[in-house]
Amino acid sequence: VLEIAIQNAKAYLLRTSSKSGLNLYDHLSNVLTKILDERPENAVDIIENISQDVKMAHFSKKLDTLQNENELLPMYEIAEMQKTLFLQGNLEGADQELEDEIAESSLPNVMESAFYFEQAGVGLGTDETYRIFLALKQLTETHPIQRCRFWGKILGIERNYIVAEVEFREGEDEEEVEEEEVAEERDNEAIEADEEEEDELPKAFYKPPPTIPKEENRTGANKYVYFVCNEPGRPWVKLPSVMPAQIVIARKIKKFFTGRLDAPILSYPPFPGNESNYLRAQIARISAGTHVSPLGFFQFGEEEGEEEEEVEGGRDSFEENPDFEGIQVMDLVESLSNWVHHVQHILPQGRCNWFNPVQKDEEEEEEEDEEKEEKGEDPDYIEQEVGPPLLTPISEDLEIQNMPAWTTRLSSNLIPQYAIAVLRSNLWPGAYAFSNGKKFENFYIGWGHKYSVDNYTPPVPPPVYQEYPSGPEITEMDDPDVEEEKAFRAAQEATVFAAEENEETEEDEDED
Amino acid sequence: MDAESLLLSLELASGSGQGLSPDRRASLLTSLLLVKRDYRYDRVLFWGRILGIVADYYIAQGLSEDQLAPRKTLYSLNCTDWSLLPPATEETMAQTAMVKGRFMGDPSHEYEHTEIQKVNEGEKIFEEEVVVQVKEETRLVSIIDQIDQAVAIIPRGALFKTPFGPSNVNRTFEGLSLSEAKKLSSYFHFREAIDLKNKTLLEKADLDPSLDFMDSLEHDIPKAGSWSIQMERGNALVVLRSLLWPGLTFYHAPRTKNYGYIYVGTGEKNLDLPFML
Repeated sequence: VLEIAIQNAKAYLLRTSSKSGLNLYDHLSNVLTKILDERPENAVDIIENISQDVKMAHFSKKLDTLQNENELLPMYEIAEMQKTLFLQGNLEGADQELEDEIAESSLPNVMESAFYFEQAGVGLGTDETYRIFLALKQLTETHPIQRCRFWGKILGIERNYIVAEVEFREGEDEEEVEEEEVAEERDNEAIEADEEEEDELPKAFYKPPPTIPKEENRTGANKYVYFVCNEPGRPWVKLPSVMPAQIVIARKIKKFFTGRLDAPILSYPPFPGNESNYLRAQIARISAGTHVSPLGFFQFGEEEGEEEEEVEGGRDSFEENPDFEGIQVMDLVESLSNWVHHVQHILPQGRCNWFNPVQKDEEEEEEEDEEKEEKGEDPDYIEQEVGPPLLTPISEDLEIQNMPAWTTRLSSNLIPQYAIAVLRSNLWPGAYAFSNGKKFENFYIGWGHKYSVDNYTPPVPPPVYQEYPSGPEITEMDDPDVEEEKAFRAAQEATVFAAEENEETEEDEDED
Repeated sequence: MDAESLLLSLELASGSGQGLSPDRRASLLTSLLLVKRDYRYDRVLFWGRILGIVADYYIAQGLSEDQLAPRKTLYSLNCTDWSLLPPATEETMAQTAMVKGRFMGDPSHEYEHTEIQKVNEGEKIFEEEVVVQVKEETRLVSIIDQIDQAVAIIPRGALFKTPFGPSNVNRTFEGLSLSEAKKLSSYFHFREAIDLKNKTLLEKADLDPSLDFMDSLEHDIPKAGSWSIQMERGNALVVLRSLLWPGLTFYHAPRTKNYGYIYVGTGEKNLDLPFML
């Protein structure tokens, strides 16, 4: 009976209240638990407050329906992208594969170069450099690359570019679109057909100067292929090969990069291409102007039996000198003749190897002969442009207004025995090179423009061209006066009358 | 950048590529502390580095309690010995306006240029060619002053103005929020206000007089052109680079107290800016 009474009492205590959903049993047990946990002084006097506190604490807040994820999304996005860099990638297979990878690795030791550059005070910070290192590794894994180098960083207004210089393996180049050339030929034929039909229109004198074809891949300005990305972790984009026309015009304009590869370049003279072409042209100019190495590091490849034929424009291939013994750091700092350019100079034409635009195919030569008979113009011989040959010492670089083109420094004056030689270009601010005697590396960080003491003045538009040969058809004349018209008409009528008279006399004669 | 948070600041500003080599960093840390003690400055800022042909100048500035008072500038060639520079005056600005080209790196180097001046001799007026010599130190002073006046910036809320006049560092400044960090209007020029009085009353009504007492970057000429705002590392760092004085980098980590600017460059104004945009 006692047990039943207890159970009844407990059931009563467990009855949930209709108002608040609590029941007395649980509430009392919570209160007692709280008191035993906290052990307040004079608990009996404050028991009502404790009970109230327990009841208040019972109400939990509803879930926050506000989502505050939006603001930080880009930060997480880039972190996710960069996290993939840190993933190792499939390393299935035995250690054999690992060894192969290490042996053939085309990845440069970016961290080592970064360490040396830091001694010179140039660099992107260790974390950033490491991420770039991993991004380069990703690049070498996705593309068949023979050699790869971290070229540098070009700053832009909205975003920056991280540039990697890459040499593809033999034969693995993605073939350039040859359809463009075929299309051009078709266009030319169509234009010629049109000209023949519309003989009535006066033909213009103007012939656009022949477009100079771009250099083949792996030679001259297109020796390396460049990939860019905005931030490490973002996908790498391949830059198109550079055309000589682009380099020629890039020398005449000065524009900031925005950071978007498809941004148009509005300038005078009009730049043939968008920002990716301008970027490529500037990279080519910077490489040609500022990539240097210690004297003797590279040597010309030995050509057997080909010494008689000198390639026009000088030799353009070189290889590492296995017998290079290194140069003392002090020598590198004191004299600029210990450094040489190892990238070909770009001629005013826009190419490294001279292209004679007067050479034509047989067909075109025939046409030219005909035209020449008619008009007799265009000298056959255009002087060949010559630039300094490969591997010239940089002491021969032109000075800018009494200022040498390069500044040399020892990285540290306090500890000279371990210091490295640092070269800073004054012509392209932001181009650096270092060497510790045996190793060397080039780097560029900057806005991508040449230094000029005077301000930039845009080129003047050329004078208006005389389009058509002046002849009676298009020469302007005053309209005839009324009197002149009357006189003309009278003269005409006279001749008509005379002709009619002649006809009549002829008819008369016939009739006769 | 504050000398006290030098290492972190250099790391944050490293996106522009030019930093300091380890031995310079180490010597700066020690020598700037000593400068602060010797000259009794309230704050010492490492202003930056001007690249010369033969040597580089390292510049530091000392501030007193009032943040907007004229700052004292010091320079050093090796980051250990600092020399005080005289303040810039209008004369020096006029003289150095004619000098073009890079800094040599030798403070006693003199630039020469010929000016045609009119000399009165009695009643006749001659035009003589006068060779004016400007010392490199003077040029340094005026360039630093020009850069400060033009592009030294500070986020809104970092300083506040008391009713008595002097402006102090705002210790409750928690950093700009992300949306504010991307707008040019949340950054001010770190100098006495020039444009502020020209604003209309309607514009002034929105301003808070204790925080908005300097010119904001919004009205810099060319509009929307002379600054490049970028977010690096996702949204964790906002970097402003000046296009008018290339080499000036301002960095700020939103929602934190870290901000600062540093100038590493050749000390020449980019007058081609309108052509380059």
